[in-house]
Amino acid sequence: MMARANVAWWLPRAILLAAFAFFVFGPLVNLVLWSVAEAWFWPNRLPSQYGFRFWERVFRPEGQAMESLWLSIWIASLTTLLCLGVSIPAAWALAKARLRWRALILLVFLLPQAFPNLPVYINVARIFFTFDLNGTVMGVVLVHAAHGLVYSIWIATAAFAAIDDDLELAARNIGASGFTAFRTVTLPLAAPGIAASAIFVFLESLDEFTATYFVGAPEVRTLPLLLFSAAAGGNMQIAAITALILLVPSVLFMLLVERFLRAEVLARVGR
Amino acid sequence: MRDATPAPAPRTGAGASSLFPYLLLAPALFVVGAFFVLPLGFSVVGAFEGNEGPTLDNLGRAFGLYRTDLLFTLLIVAASTALIGLGAIAIGGYLTLGRNAKARRILAAMYRWPLFIPFIVAAQAMRGFIGQNGLMNNTLIWIGLMPPEWAQSFLDWRGIVITFVWKQLPFATLLVAGAMAALDRAGIEAAQNLGASRMRILLGIVIPQVARNIMVALVLSFVTMMSVLSVPLMISGQSPTMLTVAMAWRINALGDYGTANALGLVACIASGLVAWAWLRQSAREAAR
Repeated sequence: MMARANVAWWLPRAILLAAFAFFVFGPLVNLVLWSVAEAWFWPNRLPSQYGFRFWERVFRPEGQAMESLWLSIWIASLTTLLCLGVSIPAAWALAKARLRWRALILLVFLLPQAFPNLPVYINVARIFFTFDLNGTVMGVVLVHAAHGLVYSIWIATAAFAAIDDDLELAARNIGASGFTAFRTVTLPLAAPGIAASAIFVFLESLDEFTATYFVGAPEVRTLPLLLFSAAAGGNMQIAAITALILLVPSVLFMLLVERFLRAEVLARVGR
Repeated sequence: MRDATPAPAPRTGAGASSLFPYLLLAPALFVVGAFFVLPLGFSVVGAFEGNEGPTLDNLGRAFGLYRTDLLFTLLIVAASTALIGLGAIAIGGYLTLGRNAKARRILAAMYRWPLFIPFIVAAQAMRGFIGQNGLMNNTLIWIGLMPPEWAQSFLDWRGIVITFVWKQLPFATLLVAGAMAALDRAGIEAAQNLGASRMRILLGIVIPQVARNIMVALVLSFVTMMSVLSVPLMISGQSPTMLTVAMAWRINALGDYGTANALGLVACIASGLVAWAWLRQSAREAAR
């Protein structure tokens, strides 16, 4: 009797959770299967032949995928550097100085998230055409940076705001200059939050497709663009492997994000 | 110690004028201004640009040629937003009110996996999953839940909705469940002690208090989905399609910036209306 009540109690939960797991992980399993499928034809439910032939092809040093991977990482690194370079001073000002239009300024950086981006990219491409920036790494970095700024500014501002003013004041009182106090006290304390924002920017740039498609293609072929052309060309294995390469950093960050962002920083984002 | 400080020290750098913070802000503002705000303005102006001065031809052509696509886009994005909202409330609600700690833990560990996965990867993963001979149909047939002749391809508008929900649900749930977790438990416990069902507690106590967070999550999801190009491009090639595909087509195949910008303006207005509805709603709440 007890056991049967237990089953009646567990079964609906187990079925619902299993269905949800199927929905969440099914597509990912599908990617993994395709990446190791050397032959998968209808009506086989599963690949009829497994192997790493396509992985070898992708990871050949002279292969296009490796070139795209390094280019993507290079662009994402430059974007992160640019974003941090302009965001750290700006975020400090937003967190610690008295600004008249503070709310408005914070809102400006949110704009790229609040408007459909595609029409903007079209016109960026048009402007870049006049400056010869189309199809250059520089051009792609600038567009990615405009989009990533919301993360670096908002999170870094929250990180600076979470630091007690008295700490910097104490350093000033014992004779440190404003810049020294910032460099030796405030910046190290805000570093975890800034690092988290850097990862956001890096991932955003690594994964970005639409802007690169309009501004960078065909000269700048990042990994998402390679994935797209492999998929459009019907090469399911190469597309699946490229997708998995892009997936790994995203999933790792998802698992780690709460360690990087402390609750007291998160609670201040956007304030 | 703090009270002993006679006057607050200047908050900006030593002897700096009040311009200093604005100087610190200038480079960041330049990047977002030059590479987002300015092109956004060009997009609006471009919608009214013709060979002989300002014109409404572009908007006319956009509505004439792409009326179905516009409707299709709005329906897809609205349906996805609604499903995302329901899913986020259901998951968040269970995480807040669920009685079984183990089930809560499993759900919490599971729902967020697609959080940072890019749309293009989601599209590629879904493409093989929901096709006629995809892994989903094959598994359902294999378990015996579905006869083989029921297998159909979802690679059309339904596939776009499924992909959008798969990708955006974790984001919305994270915001909604976070807000629910931060609620004061006293009200919930009082209602529980009075014998209220969990459904009543969710609808009557939890949702009203996190309505603002739900709206923020949904507005951001709506706007994001409005401008995704890769998902409709990869999931469903057939017509009607989403506005983003139409815009890309006007540019890449025809070099027609006027119509593309007019379509962009329409997409921006649709997003703007949603955001406006939200702002009005939250202003009304603030006034209460």
